[in-house]
This record gives sequence, C-alpha cells and structure tokens, in this order.
Amino acid sequence: MATLTPNLAVKAPRTRDTGGGDPPSYGGGGNGSDHGSNGASDYGERLRRARLGLVVGLTAVVMLFVGFTSALLVRKGLPTLDQQTNTYSRDWVPINLPWALLVVNTVVLLASSGTMELARRDIARQRILAPVRSIPGVSLGDDKGFPWLGSTVVLGLGFLVGQFLVWRALQEHRFFVNTGPSSSFAYLLLATHAVHLAGGVIALVYAASTSLLHKPVEARGIVIDVAAWYWHFMAFLWIYILAILLIAR
Amino acid sequence: MATSEIVHAHAAPQGFIRKYIFSLDHKVIGIQYFLLALSAVWVGMVLSLLMRIHMIWPQANLPIFGHIQPETYLSILTMHGTIMVFFVLTTAPQGGFGNYFLPIQIGAPDMAFPVLNMLSFWTTFVAFMIMLAAFFVNGGAPLHGWTGYPPLSAMQSTGPGEGLGADLWITSIAIFCAASLMGALNFITTTLDLRAKGMSMMRMPLTVWSWFITAILGLLAFGVLLSAGILLLMDRNLGTSFYVPLVVVNGQIMGHKGGSPLLWQHLFWFFGHPEVYIAIVPGMGVTSQLLSTFSRKPIFGYKAMVYAMLSIGFLGFMVWGHHMFMSGMNPWSAFAFSILTMCIGVPSAIKTFNWLGTIWHGKVRFYTPMLFAVGFVSLFVSGGLSGPFLAQPTLDIPLHDTAFVVGHFHLIMGVAAIFGIFAATYYWVPKMFGRMMNETLGKIHFWFTFVGTYTIFMPMHYLGMAGQPRRYSQFTEVAYLQHLIPLNRFITYAAIITVSAQVVFVINLFWSMFKGPRASDNPWEATTLEWNTTTPPPHDNFGGHTPVVHNGPYEYGVPGAARDYVMQTDPAVSTSPAH
Repeated sequence: MATLTPNLAVKAPRTRDTGGGDPPSYGGGGNGSDHGSNGASDYGERLRRARLGLVVGLTAVVMLFVGFTSALLVRKGLPTLDQQTNTYSRDWVPINLPWALLVVNTVVLLASSGTMELARRDIARQRILAPVRSIPGVSLGDDKGFPWLGSTVVLGLGFLVGQFLVWRALQEHRFFVNTGPSSSFAYLLLATHAVHLAGGVIALVYAASTSLLHKPVEARGIVIDVAAWYWHFMAFLWIYILAILLIAR
Repeated sequence: MATSEIVHAHAAPQGFIRKYIFSLDHKVIGIQYFLLALSAVWVGMVLSLLMRIHMIWPQANLPIFGHIQPETYLSILTMHGTIMVFFVLTTAPQGGFGNYFLPIQIGAPDMAFPVLNMLSFWTTFVAFMIMLAAFFVNGGAPLHGWTGYPPLSAMQSTGPGEGLGADLWITSIAIFCAASLMGALNFITTTLDLRAKGMSMMRMPLTVWSWFITAILGLLAFGVLLSAGILLLMDRNLGTSFYVPLVVVNGQIMGHKGGSPLLWQHLFWFFGHPEVYIAIVPGMGVTSQLLSTFSRKPIFGYKAMVYAMLSIGFLGFMVWGHHMFMSGMNPWSAFAFSILTMCIGVPSAIKTFNWLGTIWHGKVRFYTPMLFAVGFVSLFVSGGLSGPFLAQPTLDIPLHDTAFVVGHFHLIMGVAAIFGIFAATYYWVPKMFGRMMNETLGKIHFWFTFVGTYTIFMPMHYLGMAGQPRRYSQFTEVAYLQHLIPLNRFITYAAIITVSAQVVFVINLFWSMFKGPRASDNPWEATTLEWNTTTPPPHDNFGGHTPVVHNGPYEYGVPGAARDYVMQTDPAVSTSPAH
C-alpha cells in the first residue's frame, strides 16, 4: 500500500488518541480497506453521521422557534397607546382556537409518528435480514410488510389538511393574520410548523420512491431513519407550539 | 500502516458543468465562494468610494452615477454595509477558505454532506443576486441601513427604497440565513465526524477550531435572524404589528399599532453581535496559523487559544444589548451588558498576548502572508481598544451616532477580518492553484493597504469625538463641522488611494493563478495536512488515502528533529498532543 510519506517509518498511533476515531470511509463498503469490509461498520458510520447532521440541523430549527417564542413573550407584554382614551393598555386579545379540530390533528400527527417509528424499525430489520435474504433458496416469508411509510405520508398530509381547516376556522371567527398580535403569532407558528412538516413529507416521498426504484436497502435505511427522527421532532415541536398557544393565548 | 484506503463518496466529475459549476467538490465550492466574495467586495468598495466622494463634494456630478441624492446616499450606505457583512466577511473566510481547507486539514476526503454544500453555495449566490436586484427596482435599494431598524424598514411608504427594494433586501437576507445554516451544519458535522485517525480535537489546527466555532455561532445566530426577518416581512406585507407601533407617516396614520421597534433590535442584535465574531474568528485562526508557521515556533498557548476563542464565542451571545444603549433601556440592563462586554477584553487580551508570545524570539520570515497576519494583530489591537470605550453606556451615548463608531467597527471587524482574508489568500493560493503569488506586488499591496487603513479609520475616531454624526448624507453646510472638512477630504483621498491599491492585489491574484512560478507541495515548510498532499490537491484530497496524524499542528523548532518543522503525519515527536 502506498504511503503519503514513504521515506518515514511511521509509528503506530498511541492508544490514547481516540479523538479521531476510525478514518472515514465512504459508500461502497470500504472495498479493500482494513476495516469495514463487511459494510456493516461503514453503514453504522454513515448512519451516525447523518443523525449528527440532523441534530445540528434541528438546532437551527430550535433557534428559529426560540426567536419566535421570545418575540411572542415580549410582544404579549407590551403596552399599546389607545388613541381614544390616550391611555396605555394591552392589545393582546385571546383568540378562539378550534380546540376540537386541534385535538384531532394532534392525534393524527402522533399516530403518524407511531407509523413512522414502525417504518423505521421495519427498514432496520430489512437491512439486517438483507444478507440472509440474498442467499439463494432462503425464504423469510412474504416480503411485503404493512406500508408504514405510505401510512405516515397519508397521515402527514391529513395533518396538513387539518391545519388548513384550523386556519379556515380562525377566519370564520374573524381572526385574520393582522387582526391582532395573538392571531398573528398563531398563524405564524402554525404556518412555520406546517412548512417544516411539508419538508418531512417530501423527504418521506423521496424515501418511498427510492424503495420503488429498488435502491439498496442501506441507501433507503439512512433516509428513512433520519426522516423518522425529524418526524418525531416535528411531533414534539407541535406539542410545544400547542402548549404555547394554550398558555400564551 | 501509515494510511488506509478510502473510497470517495463521489467519483471525480467529468464535463465542465459538473466539474466547475454544480460541483460537489468542497475545493471547487470553496473557490466559488471566494470568487463570489471577491465580486461582492468590489461592489462594496465602489459604494464606499461613492459615499466618501459625496461627503466632501455633495454637489459633484459623477460619471455613470450622476448626482447622488440624499436618499441615494442612504441606499448606498445600506447596501455597502449589507454586502460587506454578509457577502464578504461571512462568505470569504468561512465559505471560501473554510470550505476548501477544513476537510483537508482534518484529513477528510470531502465535507460530510457534499450535496448540501453545493446547495449552500448556490443559495448564497441566489441571495446575492436578489440583493443586487434591489438596486434596479422602482425606488431603488432600501434606506434603512444594514441593521434594518423598524419602523423605517417595516412599512412600504416610509421612503423611496422601502418598497420592493426593501422586500428584496429582506428576502435576500432570509435566503442567506438558510444558506449559512446549511453551511454551518456541514462544517460542524465534518469537524466532529470526519477527522482522520489521530486527529484529536486538541490536535486540530487553530484554523479548524476557528471555522468550527464560527459554524456554531452561525448555527445559533442565523436562525434567530431568520425569525426576525420573517416577522419583518409579515409587518411589511401582511399588515401585522410585531415591530410597528401606532405611527404617522407623511401625515397619514398607518394601520399598525402596539408593536415595538425594540423587539427587532433585540432579535437583530442577538444575531448581529455573534455575526461580528463570525467575521473575525476565522481571521484569528488564520493569524495564529501564520504567526506560528512564519516565526518557526509553536503557537504560544495552544489550549489557551482554543479556550479564548470558545469564550469569545460564548460571551458573544450575551452582549447584544451594548448595541442598544441608546434605546432607553433600563440602566441596570445596560450595566449588565456593559460588564459582560468588557469581559470579552479578557480572552481578546489572551489571544493578543499569545500572538506576541508566538513571534517573540522567532526566526520570523516576513513573506506577504506573514505581513498581513501581523497587520491583523495590529488592527485587532487598535480597533479593539476603542471597544471598552463604547462598552460603557456613559461614553457610548455621546459617541454612538458619530464617526467614532464607524472608525471602531471598520478597524476591528471590517479591515481586521479583511486582513485575515488577505493573509489566507497569500498563504493558500499556492496550494489552491499551484502557483506562487508575486512577493513584490504582495508587499506593495500590503503597505498601501496597511497604511491606507490607518489613515482612513484612525481620524474617524477624532471626527466622532469632535461631534461628526454618522449616516448623514451631507454636512458640508453645517457650521460647527466646517473645521472638520479638511480632515474628511484627507480621508477621502486616502480611501481613493487605498482602493486603487487593491487593483494590485487583483492583478497579482489572477496573474499568479495562471502565470506565477509553480508552487511545491509545501512552499512555506508548514506542518498541517494540506501541505502533505500534492499541489493542487487531487479530487479526494489525498490520492486515495487518508493520512494518520501523530503530532500537534505547530511542531516547529522541535529539539533533536532533523529539520525545523515536524509535519502532523511524521512520527510522533512530542508526548503531549499539543502545547
């Protein structure tokens, strides 16, 4: 094997140097390398990297909502000048949220989180069984499990439709985006969450299409795993938004 | 075994478009960012010259630009600040050099997510185009300054540039936020997960630390700016009242009520202050790297440097209120922000002390990159020293809206960061393009820029103390400022000369890129991993192998070693991973 500094005899790294971990290896199972030749550790590394990327990305989403939340708390406490009486008052009018609809939406979203988790476990199981399945003559029963991924997409779209109905209900109660600060924030938080969830739906549709295109189970596995954790985070974020709307209505 | 083979995530691309336009290679993307910033800095510099010329000859009829109206002056001011802060100071050090050298310096074949990296660049490009488009729409570019304070920025009818121009401005910033977040995500994941064997965190070059810390700052800051920008867009276009109280514009009561302009200031400066460090921290990293390399000495206090950068980043999130002493905030808040701000002097002083300690008794080689690194330290000190003045509310209140602040922040975050970029350019262009830059032209460029910078910005401190307001388009008719006009004229002449000297840089850069003498693999005799591969590096950085690291990043002048530097991949020479 060629070395970068062939004129030097390189000592083995000391055992305490664990900071760097193993050298990174990219797709294809580290062909010919001294590690990861079975593809398993390589998959593990790629999965870990993707999850790390997700956590970092979600931090940015958290900061976006930290910004919104602090704006809401500040805005809620602000006095405003009343022109008629020339006195200061609070202009925060509690809004009538369609709670029944919101509860239904929450249940739908939590259910979708559940189906997503089942899809994630399903793909993990498939990945582990893939080498066994590839042995000629070995049958592990029916390949077609329940379409958990498809169910998640349907439930996710159902949630988005439900959120649209919430908007319609708000409009029927004469709460528009510029009616007052409380309705402005309600529309803002619902819309921002919906946009993020729609991104998740797109990721799931992509993952499902890789399944239809018969991509290797490893490639699909990472997309579905990361999409699943993102999806769970969206459910958590929704509970948070609901709590904010409930407490600081 | 010294190396282990790796299989790259993507094969070397074929065809012009995949190779140079929509490339996934972090090196090409780094160069794209660098060229974007180079274009942006010329736009920004021309705008600054227009301002300087307008200041002393307000009636001048300029070729192409014609006679500059007061509102045009404010547009120029806004766009100069915005373009320089976002598309130069944020883009070049991090997106440009960080993208190119972070993976190589940690021994990785590429960024963790190459597609995201490409998206990040092209999103930045789109943001820049939208920003420039604001010049050409009806009403022109916005007037509200780079800080975009409402209510001026929050309504369409407040001025000629506040219509479509301001919408484009906010849209551009929001897109830029998304691009920066994608970049930060990549930088953090790459640093944490793709380090080569033996590259422990405490063996990373200080440049890598600086890009890593900058990425964390960006990750936490840009999300908040995005949230603030979304609220501003809603106020402007959907009739909400987040930032706008009951206001009368041109005798007309606007539909808004109850909002607070201070809310924007809080959100904006929560981003804005870390943004200052996003601009300057990569410069600190490059300066540390260069002072050590060209002094042939280990960096003085490696760990202290790392912790100082971390604490500067940490404190950077707790001092935003010092931009708002004029807002009528509670004096107790101002007191807290003031104390916290002055605390930043401690890690800054540690850094300066360590830089001086690094070159002390070193065998200093004054090549052009070293000159710019020393220039960075000089500007960091002289720009930084006016910081504690402005950190105190009692001093800030009289000085805040004067040229004193202009002098302060241009020295510290403007030109110091630019010196970091120049130092990095002269240092790394040989590796990036395989050609050395011309030393004579480089030194001419350095001295004109260094002296020019001081002659432009030092007198501004005096102007500020003499009471010259900032942001005003015209003051030549004001009686009490008459005696300052000669000094202002001097600054304008200095600015014209200094900007002209930058032509030397551009000629040197592009001439050297194609015609300069060929660079060896390690022309500076440096130790970090980018000097351990061919010049320029192959597509996967190390030609099918990944290096194994045995040493800290700054092993210069090691007793008993065969030569005065020990590369990171050489056999271990030191029992401690770092100094």
